[in-house]
Amino acid sequence: MQLLNTLLIGITAGSIYALMAIAFVLVWRSTRVVNFAQAGMALLSTYFGYEAVSRIGSFWVALPVAMIGGAIFAALVELILMRLLVKHASSGAIAGVAPIIATLGLLGVIRAVISMIWGGQDLRIVAPISNDGFTINGSTLVFSPLKLLILVVVVILLILLSILFQRTNLGLALRASAHAPEIARLSGVRVDAVRTLGWALAGAAGAVAGLFQTVNGNGTFSPDSIEFSLLLVSGFIAAVIGGLDSLLGAVLGGLFLGITISFVLMYVSSGLFFIAPFIVLLTVLFVRPQGIIGVKASRRA
Amino acid sequence: MLKKKHAHKEKKESTHLFLFILGGVLLYFLSGWVDELRVYQGASIAVYVIAISSIILLTGYSGQVSLGHGALMAVGAYAAAVLRIEYNLPIILCFVAAVLVAAIGGALLGAAAARLSGPYLAGTTLALAVGLPSLANQFTVLGGEQGLLFDVGFPPLALGEEFTQYKWFFWIAGLAALISLWTIRNLLNSAYGRAWKAGRANEVAAQLAGINTARSKVLAFTISAGIAGLAGALLAMTIGTVSPSAFPLALSFAVLTGAVLAGITTLGGVIVGAVVLVIIPEIADLIAHKLGSSESVITNLPGLIVSGLLILTVLFVPNGPVEQHRARKAKHEALLGSTH
Amino acid sequence: MSLNVSNLTVHHGAICAVNQVSLAVPTGKLAAIIGSNGAGKTTLLRALSGLNKPTHGVVNWMGETITGTKPEKLVRLGISHVSEGKSVIPELTVKENLELGAIWRKDAKEMKESVDQVVSIFPRLGERISQRSDTLSGGERQMLAIGRAIMSKPKLLLLDEPSLGLAPLVVEQIFQTIRDLTTQMRLTVLLVEQNAMGALKIADLGIVLNLGKVVAVNHAQALIEDPAVRAAYLGY
Repeated sequence: MQLLNTLLIGITAGSIYALMAIAFVLVWRSTRVVNFAQAGMALLSTYFGYEAVSRIGSFWVALPVAMIGGAIFAALVELILMRLLVKHASSGAIAGVAPIIATLGLLGVIRAVISMIWGGQDLRIVAPISNDGFTINGSTLVFSPLKLLILVVVVILLILLSILFQRTNLGLALRASAHAPEIARLSGVRVDAVRTLGWALAGAAGAVAGLFQTVNGNGTFSPDSIEFSLLLVSGFIAAVIGGLDSLLGAVLGGLFLGITISFVLMYVSSGLFFIAPFIVLLTVLFVRPQGIIGVKASRRA
Repeated sequence: MLKKKHAHKEKKESTHLFLFILGGVLLYFLSGWVDELRVYQGASIAVYVIAISSIILLTGYSGQVSLGHGALMAVGAYAAAVLRIEYNLPIILCFVAAVLVAAIGGALLGAAAARLSGPYLAGTTLALAVGLPSLANQFTVLGGEQGLLFDVGFPPLALGEEFTQYKWFFWIAGLAALISLWTIRNLLNSAYGRAWKAGRANEVAAQLAGINTARSKVLAFTISAGIAGLAGALLAMTIGTVSPSAFPLALSFAVLTGAVLAGITTLGGVIVGAVVLVIIPEIADLIAHKLGSSESVITNLPGLIVSGLLILTVLFVPNGPVEQHRARKAKHEALLGSTH
Repeated sequence: MSLNVSNLTVHHGAICAVNQVSLAVPTGKLAAIIGSNGAGKTTLLRALSGLNKPTHGVVNWMGETITGTKPEKLVRLGISHVSEGKSVIPELTVKENLELGAIWRKDAKEMKESVDQVVSIFPRLGERISQRSDTLSGGERQMLAIGRAIMSKPKLLLLDEPSLGLAPLVVEQIFQTIRDLTTQMRLTVLLVEQNAMGALKIADLGIVLNLGKVVAVNHAQALIEDPAVRAAYLGY
């Protein structure tokens, strides 16, 4: 029973990491930038969601509001910051680290602005359904209706995303622009617009991750919440495990990370909560630097 | 010809040494004139100078990004504090130990880092910065959430009755900063420094030129970590304690910000970056009070200004204001020269 | 004349890769641009399709000035560019690579018809339609690259070294296909080639580029017989 419990907790946490990892991958594929402001954007979206909940009172309104808000904000970041970055800082000694530093700066700006608007105190979003565990044969699981709901919503979103990518022209344009921007342009794809769209999708995915991370925890969040630093790190690690370039890889990476951490905390020590992701990442990087699912760089000529 | 050049270089070296000593003497008198708060800020500036120069060595010269130097600073601080409390070592040995222990940590991390590039390395060090300080809660010897006291003791009586504790901090930190800068500067001008620069510019070309780029990167990480460890121990000295909350993610970011503001590719602007980090809260306070802003705006304005500056610097003066100025001046002089 | 280029100059930094090039290609004709490595052939082609920005000069296409227009717009004006080195996307399937070529038309029915048309031209692609394109041979990839360009129903086709790295027999086949396409679809074609002989054999006119400048323009056959061109570019 404990085994099942640990597995289910891991899968739920992993599905949230997977969403965050997808956000990383979408941004990486569209602009070859690891967006370290991703957690800040997720946090901002969570505040959007909070506003919606407190005005309308329904989590189910908050979710799309957070997604749309997150998408618009991410698109603006791409349109303004990323394009300036390409224009001004794509050469010279600092070119390699410029995107990293710029997105870190953005993270700082987002946090400061959030604190100015909403204050530094804890805010609360109430989960739409109970987070009390299911009871089977008299014993209570940690797995709860809320966790089941999170899983279902994440799966639905993943299905929608894969339809978008595999079955539509827009998805084809997104994939072509990611792998070969020049060929995409020569085929008539407006690669600049597609990049913005990639960021917007990432913003939406991050928004869902932020809201779910909040309600799956104790429901509270604040500008300095360590939960979001952890979400940033976990999402990045999940994306790296998946090879940073693959959406399927991001999902599997998220689940792998979630389950691994869940087992480490249960069977090794719960005190490893913050350092466990780092250890998993180091292990993965040493064993398979190209990621678990990553395709070998060398292709047949 | 060669001999002459050599002699010239030696002369240049000795002027530099002289300048460093002069700087030290100047700081000594300066600390007597200003009030206690300024002295304390001076100590903070000295700590940041050390931390920032460790980043400049790592990122600006060897081309590796670290978002986790706050964690390495924590390693140094804990090492110093534990040795002070458990074995009551003399303070100078505690600082040496901070350097050594952090350097060992840096060597381990560097061995992993040498296999990673750009964003991968950034993410890995970020994960470390988030995770490592919390490890302190796992070991009772590290004092958990409250942390450990770190007391460097009173200033020696020989310095006089008037000599305050803050002044003592400032002296220690200032001296450490001068020694660090002196060491780093010489390292960067040595064969190691050239190997780092070559590896950053073009790794394959450097390898073809016979440089072991992997070893050179690990070495850079080790030295940088050692210096960061020293900065961490000094930071702990000024606060008086070592605890996880003294080394948050924000510290890692702040140090990186200082390095970018200083101009990440040169050691020349390091003092600019450190001063900016220390005085921005004060300036922000001034602005906020002038505008009559609310409490939450006042507390977060420094963060906003620092982060905003970070973005603007990367976008518009990517090599830092000091280097930019120098480049412009050099260009101007070259233009003047060509017309003559 | 459907394509008119006058005084086109393109710089790579301080280097002048294309220097005041003027040329004209009549509708339905195949023009071969030959020249040694570094003559500026690829740069010229990239400037025509909008990938490189020219510093000076004017490009006129069907009476419209298109200098400096973005490639994604030029596709909509009927200009398709197959860039150097088998320009297919290995991560996509053959079908997806083809569909990409017609993606801007946003018409599902037309897209399917175009795929069928390309498959009828290159039956080999039909056999491998749902494979990932990195499983294709070099020749098949070149067919796919040309197929993708045709998907956009171009009037002007810019081809950059389609023979690069292919076996002689395959080269001959690709060249023949290019000739046939030009005639059947009334395409205007600009073919950049190192394989000067192969290109001139199928071309209507030939343009010789050297160090970024046009040094000779003539009927292809006349160039083949020109002793100077023979010595410099045809190797005998």
